[in-house]
Amino acid sequence: MTHSFSTEELSEITKLKSQYPDAKAAIMPVLWMAQKKWEWLSEDVLRTVATVMELPYAHVLGVASFYTMYYKKPMGRHHVQVCTNVSCMLRGGAELYADVKGKLGVGHNQTTADGKYSLEEVECMGACGGAPMIAINEQFFENVNSAKVMTLIDACE
Amino acid sequence: MYTAPNIVLPQIKDLHQLKVYLANGGYEAYKTAIRSTADQVIDDVKKSGLRGRGGACFPTGLKWSFMPKGTDKPKYLAINGDESEPGSFKDRLIFEANPHQLIEGCLIAGYAMGISKVFIYIRGEYHAWVDMMQKALDDAYEAGLVGEGMKRTFNHDYSVEIVVHKGAGAYICGEETSLMNSLEGDRAYPRYKPPFPANKGLWGMPTTINNVETIATVPAIIAMGAEKYAAIGAPGHSGTILYGVSGHVNKPGVYELPTGTLLTEIIENVCGGVPGGKKIKAIIPGGSSMPPLRGDEIEGVKMDEESLKVLGTHIGTAGIMVMDEDTDIVAVTLRIARFYHHESCGQCTPCREGTGWMEKVLHRLDHHEATSSDIDLLYSVASNIEGNTVCALGEAAAWPVKGFIEKFRSEFEARCKPSRSFVSLNVVHGRRKSSDTLIETS
Ligand SMILES: Cc1cc2nc3c(=O)[nH]c(=O)nc-3n(C[C@H](O)[C@H](O)[C@H](O)COP(=O)(O)O)c2cc1C
Ligand code: SF4
Ligand code: FES
Repeated sequence: MTHSFSTEELSEITKLKSQYPDAKAAIMPVLWMAQKKWEWLSEDVLRTVATVMELPYAHVLGVASFYTMYYKKPMGRHHVQVCTNVSCMLRGGAELYADVKGKLGVGHNQTTADGKYSLEEVECMGACGGAPMIAINEQFFENVNSAKVMTLIDACE
Repeated sequence: MYTAPNIVLPQIKDLHQLKVYLANGGYEAYKTAIRSTADQVIDDVKKSGLRGRGGACFPTGLKWSFMPKGTDKPKYLAINGDESEPGSFKDRLIFEANPHQLIEGCLIAGYAMGISKVFIYIRGEYHAWVDMMQKALDDAYEAGLVGEGMKRTFNHDYSVEIVVHKGAGAYICGEETSLMNSLEGDRAYPRYKPPFPANKGLWGMPTTINNVETIATVPAIIAMGAEKYAAIGAPGHSGTILYGVSGHVNKPGVYELPTGTLLTEIIENVCGGVPGGKKIKAIIPGGSSMPPLRGDEIEGVKMDEESLKVLGTHIGTAGIMVMDEDTDIVAVTLRIARFYHHESCGQCTPCREGTGWMEKVLHRLDHHEATSSDIDLLYSVASNIEGNTVCALGEAAAWPVKGFIEKFRSEFEARCKPSRSFVSLNVVHGRRKSSDTLIETS
């Protein structure tokens, strides 16, 4: 395995495990840690997680693949998420998604060739009152329109 | 405009900060609670008429009373902050504006049920809000309001630990038994009930699952007294609710108002009406899984569970989605069906396959490629999912489809091909009319 956690991270993991009656429950926070550190969860990363969690690799893979936010392939540095669910759709979310798709030249769950952006058409993000909305990485942008979104995308480093 | 008592989201600046919360009577309700016995607290919550805000509207005090007493097993409370039902965006505001009231609610609920550990499960997309909740919790720990320290602070031998747990993007984790599997570190498949969580929940121990808003309401009930709370809002479903209004209104947002507030009042006065003064074609009263109402039905409709039940729908999460006269109902139904298909965990056949079929048929309808018998087919697929699945995602997927067909059939008819073209006879499906398109070939 080419990936490994540092000593401090390992003690953080021990602490996480102690929060739950059974250490297995720490798998989600540990997957979050791993994704933060290595950006996406390759097989090698998942094997590292399996080792520190003392769980079978198959179990770790099974959990990681259940959730959409654990990335099983490399993503762009700026992960652009456009909500097209009903509240956003009623306020132009679908058109917004089409515009962003056109601008980035990639489709759902794809990454631009230079690795700068990835695009995802997402389900409701819980920001329906600010529809239409997008998120770039962890940040929400509500009450946007096409022009605003283009500016936001251009402003990414 | 209603002068509603804002009890879950009081309009106090910087209330999310511990010192501001304390200066405004914070953690006093817990002190009041521990002067009573645990059973008295449960009784108070029963008397208050509080019903769950997570969608099913179950009486909270009754739910708490199901927890076994006199057992030495550890007991758990899981706070459901998965908030992924389209149209619902109110729990997020509690994490942001009043997290300490949620923590205080956990203490009171914990004391009442003898809980040793609380898990606050928050959807992964709420990164910043997970951090806000964690910050509030860290502050509370540091001030000795949670954990071992609370024994000294409150001079009482009850203590409880609270852990914030971050999800990772799966709507199904909002379903309570799925949430438990997710928390335990397994794939989040819903579990069969029975056994019910109160008997066998997290790690096989007695567990209660409550919505964020439900628990954040509890300190207010204890502070003002159960009778006073019960007098707010509609009989049978008392209190205030965080209505999340989205779609075609001038001022979308979250508004705390009494239960039983008129729907027209919320839309016209609180939310400033429909842009362009357009007519309303449809509204969904409580998140995308609830059957819709037609625009011509909403006059006089009160927003509480008992009133909505009479109309064949429910309050759900009180996420009101407003659609004006230009809304394409078929497209909306398709979008909802697509969501539930995407979110089905795939464990039961009627849900896994049925949500896919519904999406396909709706896609055909949306693209003018369907015949009118497809509408009946769609309706029957929905009916066959309902009641035949492990968890209520089946109903959540079926209800809006059935509801939209029942209320807007003509819109679906208008999308069908005007006349049937004769397609070659299909031997396998010999009993079908040969001109019907097969589900599998969309
Ligand atoms: C598919 C599905 C999704 C759900 N999502 C949520 C949710 O995001 N938040 C929530 O509080 N309840 C959700 N529920 C309801 C929970 O199962 C449970 O009834 C609720 O959390 C209980 O809390 P309450 O009694 O305080 O309402 C969902 C139910 C189903 C069937
Ligand atoms: S009803 Fe759907 S989501 Fe629920 S357990 Fe069955 S397949 Fe999974
Ligand atoms: S529908 Fe887009 S955030 Fe809810």
